[in-house]
Amino acid sequence: MNKSIKLAADIGGTFTDIVLEAGARRWSGKVLTTTQAPELGVIEGIGLVLEQSGIKPVDIGVFIHGTTLATNALIERKGARTAFITTKGFRDILEQGYEKRFDHYDLMIDRSVPLVPRTLRFTIEERLSADGDVLLPLDESALQNLAQQLREENVKAVAIGFLHAYAHDGHERRVREILSAALPKDVTICISSEVAPEIREFERFSTVVANAYVRPLMAGYLHRLRDQLRGMKMDCPLFLMMSGGGLTTLETAARFPIRLVESGPAGGAILASEIAAECTLPDVVSFDMGGTTAKICLLTNGEPERARKFEIARAYRDMKGSGIPVRIPVIEMVEIGAGGGSIARVDKLNRITVGPDSAGSTPGPVCYGRGGTEPAVTDANLALGKIDPAYFAGGKIKLNEASAKAALQKAIGNPLGLKDFWPAAGVTEIVEENMANAARVHAIERGRDIAACTMIAFGGGAPLHACRLAEKVGVKTIIVPMGAGVGSAIGFLRAPIAYEVTRSAAVSLDAFNAKTVNALLQHMTADARAVVEPALGKTKATVQVIADCRYVGQGHEIRVTVPVKTLTDANGKKLKAAFEAQYEQVYGLRIPNQEAEAITWSVTVSSIAKKPKRAAKTSAKSTPKPRSKRLIYDPALGKQVMVPVYWRFDMKPGATFKGPAIIAEDETSTIVGANFRAKINSLGYIILENLK
Amino acid sequence: MSKSALDAIRTQVMWNRLIAVVEEQAQSLLRTAFGTITREAGDLSAGVYNADGHMIAQAMTGTPGHVNTMATAVGHFFKHYPQSTMKPGDVYVTNDPWLGTGHLFDYVMMTPVFLGRKLVAFFASTCHVIDVGGVGMSAKANSSYEEGTLIPHLKMRKEGKINEELLSVILANSRNPVEVRGDLLSLVSANDTGARRLIEMMTEFKLTSLEPLAKHILTTSEKGAREAIKATPEGKWSYEMPLDGYEGPIIIKSKLTIKNGKITIDFTGSSAASIFGINSPRTYTHAYSVFGLKAVIAPHVPNNIGSLSCFDLVTEPGTCVDPIRPSPVTARHVIGQMLADAVFGCLAQALPGKVQAESAGSIWILGLNSAHGRVPAHETAKAKEFGVISIALGGIGGRPGKDGLATTAFPSGIGAIPIEVTENQCPLYFKRKEYLMDSAGAGEWRGGLSQTIEIANREKAPFTISAATFDRIKNPAKGRDGGGSGVKGVARLGSGNAIPDKGIHVIPTGDSLVVELPGGGGFGDPKLRTRALVEADVKAGLVSPESAKKDYLLDV
Repeated sequence: MNKSIKLAADIGGTFTDIVLEAGARRWSGKVLTTTQAPELGVIEGIGLVLEQSGIKPVDIGVFIHGTTLATNALIERKGARTAFITTKGFRDILEQGYEKRFDHYDLMIDRSVPLVPRTLRFTIEERLSADGDVLLPLDESALQNLAQQLREENVKAVAIGFLHAYAHDGHERRVREILSAALPKDVTICISSEVAPEIREFERFSTVVANAYVRPLMAGYLHRLRDQLRGMKMDCPLFLMMSGGGLTTLETAARFPIRLVESGPAGGAILASEIAAECTLPDVVSFDMGGTTAKICLLTNGEPERARKFEIARAYRDMKGSGIPVRIPVIEMVEIGAGGGSIARVDKLNRITVGPDSAGSTPGPVCYGRGGTEPAVTDANLALGKIDPAYFAGGKIKLNEASAKAALQKAIGNPLGLKDFWPAAGVTEIVEENMANAARVHAIERGRDIAACTMIAFGGGAPLHACRLAEKVGVKTIIVPMGAGVGSAIGFLRAPIAYEVTRSAAVSLDAFNAKTVNALLQHMTADARAVVEPALGKTKATVQVIADCRYVGQGHEIRVTVPVKTLTDANGKKLKAAFEAQYEQVYGLRIPNQEAEAITWSVTVSSIAKKPKRAAKTSAKSTPKPRSKRLIYDPALGKQVMVPVYWRFDMKPGATFKGPAIIAEDETSTIVGANFRAKINSLGYIILENLK
Repeated sequence: MSKSALDAIRTQVMWNRLIAVVEEQAQSLLRTAFGTITREAGDLSAGVYNADGHMIAQAMTGTPGHVNTMATAVGHFFKHYPQSTMKPGDVYVTNDPWLGTGHLFDYVMMTPVFLGRKLVAFFASTCHVIDVGGVGMSAKANSSYEEGTLIPHLKMRKEGKINEELLSVILANSRNPVEVRGDLLSLVSANDTGARRLIEMMTEFKLTSLEPLAKHILTTSEKGAREAIKATPEGKWSYEMPLDGYEGPIIIKSKLTIKNGKITIDFTGSSAASIFGINSPRTYTHAYSVFGLKAVIAPHVPNNIGSLSCFDLVTEPGTCVDPIRPSPVTARHVIGQMLADAVFGCLAQALPGKVQAESAGSIWILGLNSAHGRVPAHETAKAKEFGVISIALGGIGGRPGKDGLATTAFPSGIGAIPIEVTENQCPLYFKRKEYLMDSAGAGEWRGGLSQTIEIANREKAPFTISAATFDRIKNPAKGRDGGGSGVKGVARLGSGNAIPDKGIHVIPTGDSLVVELPGGGGFGDPKLRTRALVEADVKAGLVSPESAKKDYLLDV
């Protein structure tokens, strides 16, 4: 393919990052997210990098895109007016949830409020049994009436979830068929058997509802973006990043936008994965801090952990169990409301609090001068000298230092009796502590020792805070990659084009029926290929098949790899042996003479990932020359110090110097703490090492 | 940073790690368990103990009735098996209701952990197995001998070798041997998982003993609890709470004394033990009464033997809250899980305006079986044999400033079992499971709604329901500070007739079981509830216009 030029765009809550790659050359840009019409920011950013590079839209070979729009719509409850249609007699499953308290001792907990209120939850007479028998036929006559109600209620999205639809989708499909004829064209209809065909009604219903809730917004946005790109003669394939780390087509993304919820952070995890391979790092913690949130992800031997369940928008003290569960493939990570836009305040007990709410791009931090009055983390960084106002976001966003300082004094300094730079120092210390706690807890929950990890820091905010965060959690080495400020977007360019199809189908491993399984897998593989292959051209795809297995009678499964070939009945025995070996490894024993079964099958079709280049030994040490000096506050020293400012691209591999210092570049600045030594490796990455 | 500050952080990290280790132990149990009540509803617990058998950390996954009983259950093993006789690879087991967690269904498994040759800690875990023989999940027995097979303190594993003889005795006495074996082995492996992680942690932090850490955890927690108790006003308060009982009504009398930083809950004078299996062994009584005290007074202090030791319990042997052998106890939570409300009745006087209204309390365990052996054989000749459990939950009491939670377990920490999971195991199907209108006690902050559940058989065959745990059918959850009572529970056939008592009842072919759970009591005067909230409830169909008029004096 001669069109080897690749473009990526990552829309965050505050910034839209754009990256253009042509062979070894890269251009990037950062513009403010245009929340009302996000495509405008993307188009603006694309214009910027095209201008820098002199590349024409028609020359671009592929465009890869990720966005937090869906996540933000769920957190801020700004999705479509959605109705939910379910089996008669089960109107409240969506609200009843697990019927469990997520904290035993806190008597004041709140559950997540359902996306669809009871007034918009409708039921219809129908009932299928677990094995697909019709216990009650679908009452089709009631559907016209229901359609009338839906029109009167002016709903823009309809989610359908019937009991046992994970295995028997007939009634869901029929209702969709009838309703789509009866409802206005712009009403979205989603069925649970397509969005999340997995057993356990609450989680499946929750997922289909969340999908319907964000779909009008996401589909509208994606189609507008496609049209605008066509308008500027960019007719290359467009792919969307999914939360599981694979890419998909625009049409699939517009149908299943719930799979995009963590797409930006997934891009970051892929970047971290590549860097871990380049630098041969067995244990990595990636630290991605943007304008709205900070994301922390753990990788082992270059691989992040994956899961099939995710909780969005935790509503009660960020506690596990207080959010909306969705069954989608995701990369495991923790995300907290700690970004450049996170707002700082003093609470009733005179403690500084930061976030979780963000000033976003509108109005943004006070220093943007766009109407923000409450100080944010970026205001504090500016007041501490860590950001050069002249070069923020490549000089495209002018910052007002005086107004930032005044706002900090008013909101933090006055109530606490602090002066000068101290209110700002307090704010950064607290946000760093919050991130350190989240990182520690996440590592602990996964049974990992965070201090043994190398930190990979990217996103516009991370290089500013990485040294202090590393000190707090005991991390010794930090890597700030090239293009750190737009790291997630770079990660998009490294992602395989991949799609996962999942089906529930119980198959005994002891009495294995290869014929049924082959038929099922063939069908699923074809579905996944249909999504992936148009995008690949002549490139070959790989297929991975996983069976979630358990002993008959259990309710949770272990992922077992299934050979990709036509299976025979003898494969049952082999699968059981593989399952039991894994079971024993995880749980320490086997259950003798117990039948085992595969419950859920997933097929992933993906492009083959390129092997990363390895970091080489660097040539002789050199001492770079600073371009200027700035007065900054160093938290490890507890005082202000005058430090040299280096321009990142002045430094050659092998350049080495001690902190405190600043390394500036267009989309971020790296603060080298007083206890750290900085070195540039063969790939141009900044390696920060704690000398204490 | 100073050395002491660094040490403090290190200790905090190790404490957090210990909590992560027991959480992993609990997750392992949840993921490997066979019984749906364990794997779906989370009726389990997991904890780590120091070498003296004192609980130092517990998992959040689980339920207080298990955690707080296990806190003392571990110590009982030592009378038969002194620590000095324990070997690596040993696992100890019991389901003794008085020395374990309150009924035969809960197996407690305890595993000593060795660092090299030194005993450094114990892991214990519990889960509810699906069947232990006897009369089954029923309150019908008149003595614990009839309730099933009791396993005294014995070894489940000896130096790494599973005690197959013991296992075969247990399995031979269960209607569901496959599930029970799976659950017992999953308890063993959960403890092993915890032990493995603990050894990794001790190696990483170069610890040769858990003692300094345990001491820090226990003294810090005890201090936290004592301070919280000191901040509560001193005095004496008492409360009486009527319950339906089995052969006759039960009265729970509670007396709370707070003095000189000491807090005592005294149930002297409560009804004598029932001749049926609804009695709460003292250990279980302790679990839920202390839970109630701690949740109001010191919710944020970690739950371990340090903080638990600050709360004293007085009971009178032979009463329903301290039955003596061989009183039957299978459905012990019918009384035990009401004790949080009994304690709140006193606390509400000590802390006016700060304690939530009464709740549905005791969870309704729907023990559903095929009717084989309970009806003439021809009726079940073609029917599938099965035994499943579903969990039915009512509403929690209204809270100061917030409505009560709808259909949620309290004070139990378990949850519901997905309908689709249950229906995959048996021919039964749910006809409805939906909020029950007007079930919440009226109040400025109304109680949590309850629900209606209806279950029928797809086969043309009868099935049975054990009504052992159905309470608050005659005695509703009361409101607080002017709030109204929640709706009373109902259990009946779909065709109309009420289920008469806590026994096992046949649901005839073609008929169905209907349960309406008790609602939560209201908090505060209903007239103070804002019109907007009442209107929203009426619009959503949670409160009827009639109730709005009658209870809230509002025309909606």
